[in-house]
Amino acid sequence: MIAKSMYKNGAILCAFALATTGSVAVVQSLTETRIAEQEKAQLMSLLSQVIPSERYDNQLYLDCVESDAPELGPAGPHIIYRARLNGEPAALLVRHITPKGYSGNIDILTAVTKRGEITGVRVTRHEETPGLGDKVELSRSDWITTFNGMQINGANDGRFAVKKDGGEFDQFTGATITPRAVTGSVGEAAWYATTHFDALFAKDNLCAGETQ
Amino acid sequence: MSEYKTLIKDGMWANNPAIVQLLGLCPLLAVTSTITNAMGLGIATLLVLVGSNVTVSLVRNFVPKDIRIPVFVMIIAAFVTIVQLLMNAYTFGLYQALGIFIPLIVTNCAIIGRAEAYASKNTPLLSAFDGIMMGLGFMVVLVLLGAMRELIGQGTLFDGANLLLGDWATVLRIEVFQFDNQFLVAILPPGAFLGLGLLIAAKNVIDAQIKAKAQPTQEAEKAPRARVTSLT
Repeated sequence: MIAKSMYKNGAILCAFALATTGSVAVVQSLTETRIAEQEKAQLMSLLSQVIPSERYDNQLYLDCVESDAPELGPAGPHIIYRARLNGEPAALLVRHITPKGYSGNIDILTAVTKRGEITGVRVTRHEETPGLGDKVELSRSDWITTFNGMQINGANDGRFAVKKDGGEFDQFTGATITPRAVTGSVGEAAWYATTHFDALFAKDNLCAGETQ
Repeated sequence: MSEYKTLIKDGMWANNPAIVQLLGLCPLLAVTSTITNAMGLGIATLLVLVGSNVTVSLVRNFVPKDIRIPVFVMIIAAFVTIVQLLMNAYTFGLYQALGIFIPLIVTNCAIIGRAEAYASKNTPLLSAFDGIMMGLGFMVVLVLLGAMRELIGQGTLFDGANLLLGDWATVLRIEVFQFDNQFLVAILPPGAFLGLGLLIAAKNVIDAQIKAKAQPTQEAEKAPRARVTSLT
């Protein structure tokens, strides 16, 4: 008796499992291209924010390498997009992470030219305190644009720090940890990109396969 | 018709999932920092609730009692995944703003609660209506709480509505007043607890006034229900 009801219940559960996963699979296949497009559009708009359009002429998301360098933060590999102008290396767009934020990792995108000039920086993900640390977001404050046009001059460039530590960046009232983490991380990543510029452009392209 | 009236009254007021049953508190407290986020999660929950209620009601005669809970869980999980995929495809910005709380709709007890308590015993039409009313009741509380927190915390209403409704909705944003520093308590989780507490208190005050006006005709409860805040 028990065995019989077990078979029956098992069969019913199995049928439901097939029907539910089947419907999810159908919706997934219907939305797949649209989701990929949305993600691509988001990535393109993010990348175009940190580098002026006259500085490059290639499709940034189709040209990238990876790096495990400790300067770019933990949890690698980190993706680095390569900007070219007329086929010549122009700039590197480095995704890097700093674990020194107030709560959790801060994901950052920094664009650096061959000469070590920073063309733009954006914080792409963070969990900092709303109203205090979140001023690193462009939508909350234009603090992040202070980086634009700055030149990195060495591994421990003192200007890439908050004013309290002798640098050039404003700290926020009540939140010094977040800008300190961001400036330090951008400085390290920019110096890494500048010193490894040619080596990174010599590597094989990892994003070329994602055409369309 | 009276059945529909009871469902409206239960979902929106007497047995409201958010302020009477206190179900689904995790998303309720976490995402109500703005009206937009609250409305987005409210709509997602409403869709899942209606979908799962109708499906559970349709299969209620084929599912043996012993395995009904795993079946309900599978149905709810499938609907949540579908809603998540659709939001990812069509409201990408909001999808990123709500993050982990969309998949967490699965754990919202209000949904399996309605499947078990109502949809598994009633017709698809009534179950769909119950799902709409319970979902609306949940959404109204979410939006109220979101409005309170957004207003007190950052002095705006409908900030970021374009993420949910498209670009035209940026005009909805109202800057009620301007602070130099945001009022943090309202935006952080404690503000959600305080706000929800005030909403429950307000509901109980209104209930008490209605009761005081009406003649005290004590009716016995017909069926036991999950009521946490308005114990009689």
